Amino acid sequence: MTTAPLGLTKAPAPGLANPVHDAQCIFKAAMNALARPGTLQTLHVTNLTAPHPLPRTMAALALALLDYDTPVYLDTPLAKSRDVVDYLRFHTGAPVVDMQADAAFALISTPEKMPPLSGFNVGTDEYPDRSTTLIMAAETLTNEAGPLLSGPGIKTTTQLNAAPLAPGFWHQMSANQTLYPLGVDVLFASVDQIAGLPRSTTISLKEA
Amino acid sequence: MTGQDTDMFSEHYNFAYLDEQTKRMIRRAILKAIAVPGYQVPFASREMPMPYGWGTGGVQVTAAVIGSDDVLKMIDQGSDDTTNAVALRGFFIKTTGVKATTKTSQATIIQTRHRIPEEPLTENQTLVYQVPIPEPLRKLEPRETETRKMHALEEYGLMHVKLYEDIAKYGEIATTYAYPVLVNDRYVMDPSPIPKFDNPKMHEMAALQLFGAGREKRIYAVPPYTKVESLDFQDYPFEIQRFEEPCALCGAENVYLDEVILDDKGGRMYVCSDSDYCEERREQGHLGHMAANPIAEPENSGPRA
Repeated sequence: MTTAPLGLTKAPAPGLANPVHDAQCIFKAAMNALARPGTLQTLHVTNLTAPHPLPRTMAALALALLDYDTPVYLDTPLAKSRDVVDYLRFHTGAPVVDMQADAAFALISTPEKMPPLSGFNVGTDEYPDRSTTLIMAAETLTNEAGPLLSGPGIKTTTQLNAAPLAPGFWHQMSANQTLYPLGVDVLFASVDQIAGLPRSTTISLKEA
Repeated sequence: MTGQDTDMFSEHYNFAYLDEQTKRMIRRAILKAIAVPGYQVPFASREMPMPYGWGTGGVQVTAAVIGSDDVLKMIDQGSDDTTNAVALRGFFIKTTGVKATTKTSQATIIQTRHRIPEEPLTENQTLVYQVPIPEPLRKLEPRETETRKMHALEEYGLMHVKLYEDIAKYGEIATTYAYPVLVNDRYVMDPSPIPKFDNPKMHEMAALQLFGAGREKRIYAVPPYTKVESLDFQDYPFEIQRFEEPCALCGAENVYLDEVILDDKGGRMYVCSDSDYCEERREQGHLGHMAANPIAEPENSGPRA
């Protein structure tokens, strides 16, 4: 994968209308999503225009969380888009990296074709926080089907289903949990909702 | 999304004092802390316009989390009107313009120094603790490199030895505050210097708990409904403090009480440490045995002719 050379050919789309308060709202939704895994947190970012193919909610999360301290991995459709790369570079200053393992954040616009989760950074025994947080696009997010989730932040159990997903995603996520306290954390972003799936969440896959 | 109307407070400071890059850095640390309950995430703590030890960690966490529609409650040892609480509440009113309250039930963010409110917290609340020494193993092992390794290897034998030595010396576990807890069956965590009376409240609390240590540059968290176990032994189970008498003002039992010395003849009274809880109970008509109006006492009844 090659990223576009520096230098803008056209003005990037505008960022958050109100950088202070919008970023706080977006962060709060992300915080609640990870603190209460599986719950759907409403996030209205209708005033944000993100360049295609970067979904608006993902763009909002990126603008609220990324900066020059956070190397970011983009999946192929995003990395191929000059507009997206310029937009993220201009607004966040985050270095775009080619290696999954180097990334503090990963933006996945096409989860059905995403690279295996095991390629991302899971942190180290002494610094489990030095891991990748994945921000994944979802067309639909529901609590009505999907694997059973339990663990910190969940009173008893809950269900979360996101679509589309790679066929082995839930198995990979379940393997990710066995690494605890190491592992990656996932934020799903649909058009107006986000949901969190931190490494601490136990995933039980129903037997087919 | 909120509008511009709250920006009138940010004429001199950015909303909530911190610059946006600092807030992003703290916010990322908070997200990691939530994902690994009890693990201390290092963060680039900033100089704040108050000395270390005044709650710079808690203030930075609150500043990163707070929004213009939040309602803030600030307590110091359970009380809304002690120096630390008043100073920090003033700081946030000035830099954010948010509403402040003393009512536990009305607050969305409660920043606390060394107490958990008596009233159970709810799902839409966040409790922010001010933490002096985040490392529970620090007094047993001074080197950060070693304690970090001990956490990585889940090697907490030293802590149990310390608790055992208490039993050998005093016949009981003598730790009464900052009593170590095991979070989500993995990390031993310092609950900040809350009395051990409050430890059971942390277990499966409905509210999100965030901890900030400014001088030591650590943030950690306990998500809602997370297992928080106080360390103990089968034959010496964990016990909370018990009080002989109820609150002298509101008659509350099973709450944490402060001892107030009344004179130099041994006179004393025990009152709720949670001032809001005590006031609310008195408003509801609960009266303790010393709750008489002091003005009504004959020796206080106004100037004498």
